[in-house]
Amino acid sequence: MKLLRAKLDWILLPMIGFGAAIAIWQILSVTVCKELPSPWRTWLESREYILKPFEKRGEMDQGILRFTWYSLILVAKGYALALLVGTPIGFLLGLSVVFTRIFDPIIQVLRPVSPLAWLPLGLVLFLGAGKQASELGALFTIAVCAMWPTVLNTAVGVRAIPQDYLNVARVLKLSRTKTFVKVLIPATLPYMFTGFRLSLGIAWLVIVAAEMLTGRPGVGGFLWQEYNALNYAHIILCILTIGFVGFALDRLMSVVERRFKTA
Amino acid sequence: MSEYLVIDNLTKIYPSARGPAVIVKDFNLRLKKGEFVTLIGHSGCGKSTVLGMVAGLSDITDGGIILAGKELVGAGPDRGVVFQSPCLLPWFTAYENVMLGVDQAFYTASPQERNQIVEYYLTVVGLSDSMHKYPSELSQGMRQRVGIARAFALCPKMLLLDEPFGMLDSLTRFELQEVLLELWRKDKKTALMVTHDVDEALFLSDRVVCMTDGPEAEVGEVLDVPFERPRDRAKVMAHPDYYRLREQLISFLNDRAHRRPGSGAPPPSSPAPHAAPATKLPDPKPTAVTQLAVSPS
Repeated sequence: MKLLRAKLDWILLPMIGFGAAIAIWQILSVTVCKELPSPWRTWLESREYILKPFEKRGEMDQGILRFTWYSLILVAKGYALALLVGTPIGFLLGLSVVFTRIFDPIIQVLRPVSPLAWLPLGLVLFLGAGKQASELGALFTIAVCAMWPTVLNTAVGVRAIPQDYLNVARVLKLSRTKTFVKVLIPATLPYMFTGFRLSLGIAWLVIVAAEMLTGRPGVGGFLWQEYNALNYAHIILCILTIGFVGFALDRLMSVVERRFKTA
Repeated sequence: MSEYLVIDNLTKIYPSARGPAVIVKDFNLRLKKGEFVTLIGHSGCGKSTVLGMVAGLSDITDGGIILAGKELVGAGPDRGVVFQSPCLLPWFTAYENVMLGVDQAFYTASPQERNQIVEYYLTVVGLSDSMHKYPSELSQGMRQRVGIARAFALCPKMLLLDEPFGMLDSLTRFELQEVLLELWRKDKKTALMVTHDVDEALFLSDRVVCMTDGPEAEVGEVLDVPFERPRDRAKVMAHPDYYRLREQLISFLNDRAHRRPGSGAPPPSSPAPHAAPATKLPDPKPTAVTQLAVSPS
């Protein structure tokens, strides 16, 4: 009985939350903002995109999951780049006081810059790439915005390695590579994964902005196009998609993170 | 070779805000091969610093250390260190933790030989059933067994033990002292241990070196422990010299270790687990007895 109750709570209580949000949305759409499509109208107008999620009718007229897939691929590339660059920088920051003194100030200055500010610079940087400029610019923006949590968490993790572990490495006279592989990396891994998870969240945030500005096909690009085409229902569809995908990514990463926590 | 480990005028000075702090000054000690020597003194007197310098984990300010005819520079697997906290890497199993060192010390040996070494030592310390468990699945005592196995498995020239049983409850401590003695008896390793437990020092060592309190700690008094080996705890406790030596150590720690008034707490010596028969009490100097914190009755 108690178990059933707990299970019900687990499903029921979040439902109440969603219900309340939909109710407020409905009320807003009939009172304050008549332009806002009601939940039901949103469903009717989005049905096509949800029920045939992989259909391609035109460059900017595709099923919602197909758009999501494009976005995910771009995010994956940018995110990979962020990790590849960010993790080594994090290790260097954690290991070397001199490196920290040199680069920490510039990192602190660059970190708060918005993706919207980076993107034009990215496009300028890759002007020479011609057709690929928008993709490379977007990748640059994702990488440069998403890497900071990885950089900072890795650095903190390296600094937090207990002296005991390092003493073991010294007493056994492990080589630098062995110390790195067998002691430093495993000891830092939990911190690194926290950074990785936060970075993925940011990468997913950035993709929408990047697509909006470059007009690439994807959830963000679709959102901006539908805004210009006055199809407001589709904006809501995109927002919900972005939200659920972001949530799913975060869950996925926290599962991976937990796996490494005990290590 | 009569002198295996030579510690010569060893000095440690830390720079501090209020000028250089002299922790250890002109510390001299010589160990014969196969000898088990214990450094005893109050917490913070610098005994762990001395051990750290022999281990190569702490820089030497002045003086030098010679092991088996070679001056020591830095740390290395020729000295097996058992730390106070076992210092196992939590992402490796007990087996892998020991293997990490064996790989370093026996890099010419075949994988099978290394495997044998690791399994042998883990079995000797009583972990044959728990070899492939992670440290988080082991009790504190079992972890320290792994720590001991790791040190011995290196086949080091000597053993360095930094309060190896300090974090264990007294029953586990007794057990592990036996494990250590048994291994030591088989391998005849030269060993230097740091402790503040008087009974532990007497039970394990050939000689006990008392250190004066820091700053500028140095050798205060050296006691020979005459009990024949192999040792049995009950027999050692019943030995006519046991309480005389114990009192001598405690009175040193109580009185002579202090050179600054009001420094340090009384020695953290536990009361004797077995009361010795009063008749066995040798002719102690009555003055010493009255000063004792713990006197056998």
